[in-house]
Amino acid sequence: MIDQETSDDTAALLHDSAHRLFASLDERDVVAVEQGHWPNETWGKVADAGFPLAFVGEAAGGFGIAAAQAMTVLRVAAFHAAPVPLAETMLANRLLTEAGFPAATGPATIASTVPGRVVLERRGSGFRLRGHAAGVSWGRHADIIVLLAAAGERLSVVRLRRSVVEIEPHASLANLPADRVAVNSDIPDDDVRPAPAQWTQDTLRAAGAAVRTAEMAGALARVLELTVTYANERVQFGKPIGRQQAIQQQLAVLAGQVAACGGAADIAARAFARLDEVAIAAAKVRAGEAASIAAPIAHQVHGAIGFTEEHRLRLFTRRLWAWRDEFGSERSWSRVLGRQAMAAGAERLWPFIVSVGAGQGA
Amino acid sequence: MSFFTFSDPPVLPEAEALRAEVRAFLAEELKNVPAHVGAASWSGFDAGFSRKMGARGWIGMTWPKQYGGHERTSLERYVVLEEMLAAGAPVAAHWIADRQSGPLLLRFGTEEQRRAILPKIAAGELYCCIGMSEPDVGSDLAAVRTRAEPVADGFRINGTKLWTTNGHRAHYMLLFCRTSTDSADRHGGTSQFLVDLKRPGISIRPIADLTGNRHFNEVVFEDVIVPASALVGKLGNGWQQVVSELAYERSGPERFLSSFVLLKELVRVLGAEPSDHATIAVGRLVAHLVVLRQLSRGVAWLLQNGRNPALEAAIVKDLGALVEQEIPDIVRAVVEIEPDAERTRELARTLNYTVLAAPSFSLRGGTREILRGIIARGLGLR
Repeated sequence: MIDQETSDDTAALLHDSAHRLFASLDERDVVAVEQGHWPNETWGKVADAGFPLAFVGEAAGGFGIAAAQAMTVLRVAAFHAAPVPLAETMLANRLLTEAGFPAATGPATIASTVPGRVVLERRGSGFRLRGHAAGVSWGRHADIIVLLAAAGERLSVVRLRRSVVEIEPHASLANLPADRVAVNSDIPDDDVRPAPAQWTQDTLRAAGAAVRTAEMAGALARVLELTVTYANERVQFGKPIGRQQAIQQQLAVLAGQVAACGGAADIAARAFARLDEVAIAAAKVRAGEAASIAAPIAHQVHGAIGFTEEHRLRLFTRRLWAWRDEFGSERSWSRVLGRQAMAAGAERLWPFIVSVGAGQGA
Repeated sequence: MSFFTFSDPPVLPEAEALRAEVRAFLAEELKNVPAHVGAASWSGFDAGFSRKMGARGWIGMTWPKQYGGHERTSLERYVVLEEMLAAGAPVAAHWIADRQSGPLLLRFGTEEQRRAILPKIAAGELYCCIGMSEPDVGSDLAAVRTRAEPVADGFRINGTKLWTTNGHRAHYMLLFCRTSTDSADRHGGTSQFLVDLKRPGISIRPIADLTGNRHFNEVVFEDVIVPASALVGKLGNGWQQVVSELAYERSGPERFLSSFVLLKELVRVLGAEPSDHATIAVGRLVAHLVVLRQLSRGVAWLLQNGRNPALEAAIVKDLGALVEQEIPDIVRAVVEIEPDAERTRELARTLNYTVLAAPSFSLRGGTREILRGIIARGLGLR
């Protein structure tokens, strides 16, 4: 029980310090980022707080806290629509340090690709890397892009410096950088290391899905807060619209989805350290569906004002619509989960569900 | 800012050890029970089964030993509940007494009531029903008209209770009724009584539901005399007590597993080579159940820690009923099958039962609209 309390205290401390930081950030930065700017000052504050190293062990200079606790930072960052590649850098640093690289000193990201899309070949004392990856979050601003590539049978972690890649800028549904990264370059031996056993293209995608689930929980919590506040303030027919039963019932549905997404994020947070694909699949499916139900309710209650570019609601709903598809949609992860469930069969279906919930894997 | 708190419940080794024991018991007990019968689960009444559970210490699990309980944690109790429901075990006989009547008596009952009733509930021998709804009183519970008036040595009760699940087979009713003549005091003028259903003046008439089952009843009280010792808690405190009782009623695994046996039959029929569409549909439902279980266990953990998760319980029940009610339609979408009670295919028979039972999932234990009203209040909207 002492361990439980200690970790609860750690989580509470982390939560509070993250809230203080992200709430103080300049919201104009969020818009500037959409116009292509790099929020240097904001990133500096986030880096000074050490958050990019939240998934990194103490030996590599990190907090040395459980990954499940570190997820709290991402929920809080998303609650404030923080315009920085924090999830991407945290994840990149996790993979880098587990492979034996030092953590990146600046912003970093990961490129999740399907096997074979990027090819690594021995070339003299180094390597040649050829291929491309699409939808690389914050690619254009990252000093380091981390990816997994196979040289023959062996899977390697590649530390790509921005100077060796070509970036074609694209925007995600959230109007955030989601760039195409192409590479056809020599890579020094120092930038290639064997992938640790649990890292594969699939588990990297699952790790991405887990951090997106945490972020969706944070964004949805904010959507609920914004929508309830608006319903209490907006007066029509002589009373706040939140007094109307029809609106109350809709807000209750919204709250239920926020709760479900929070539960999904708890599952994903616990599953992250083990890269438990099946548990993360369940979490990402449910989080995506929560976003799909909740965001339209928030917009319906906000009316026309919520449909404007100026209103901050869209910062959260657009991120939710982007994140539900990034690192695997509900359809994609439902298939992963469904295959496992069907393989378990009718008589083992319930034990399978219990094992997923307990975070013990399939 | 957060409107609600769901704890992230731990996995306790003692609870997982118990799970293996429960599964072995169920595999033996239910080996000859077909799916369409198991689908009724917590509507399935089997006193023999309840006594066996009592003998194993699986009723009244969290209660003090002095009252026949076993002083185990709420998460251990949760393991027993969910394993029973997932397997389609007939747990209706003791379900209500274990879930809410027992805890209510533990909290508000007299020492005499606890000693007389709780050990028998825990043994799986004594069953309770809930006397809340009336012919003109459903969701608006504070409008009850059944009245208990003081007489020498006790109270005289007149009125009618309706939709009383297992009233015809229960030994006692936990009656919620009016005890004040001041009609302006809707909440303060109510009390609860522990009523022995064998008392003269009580007539119980079963009512068939649309599935053809007879589990609920009309219970009429005509000048029924109960002793003063039948009062549960304080006179006039009925509303506070009944509200606390409802938190127990709303968060358990029975609020999202009502259609689980049907899902299991679907997986059986889909077999080794399911279509992509069916695989995705099953995967999605599994994701829902995994997350509902997380939330529901979280509520059990809050109860364990002495919290009052009434809002969280309402959220779990609202979300759970949606999934339970969706499962029959998903079965229809992925398999060409007609529900049919006569068919030999278990999927057709189980689908038949579940389609018919599904409307009750968002009525019993608080309607969907009442739950959403509670959630809206939790959001500060009313």
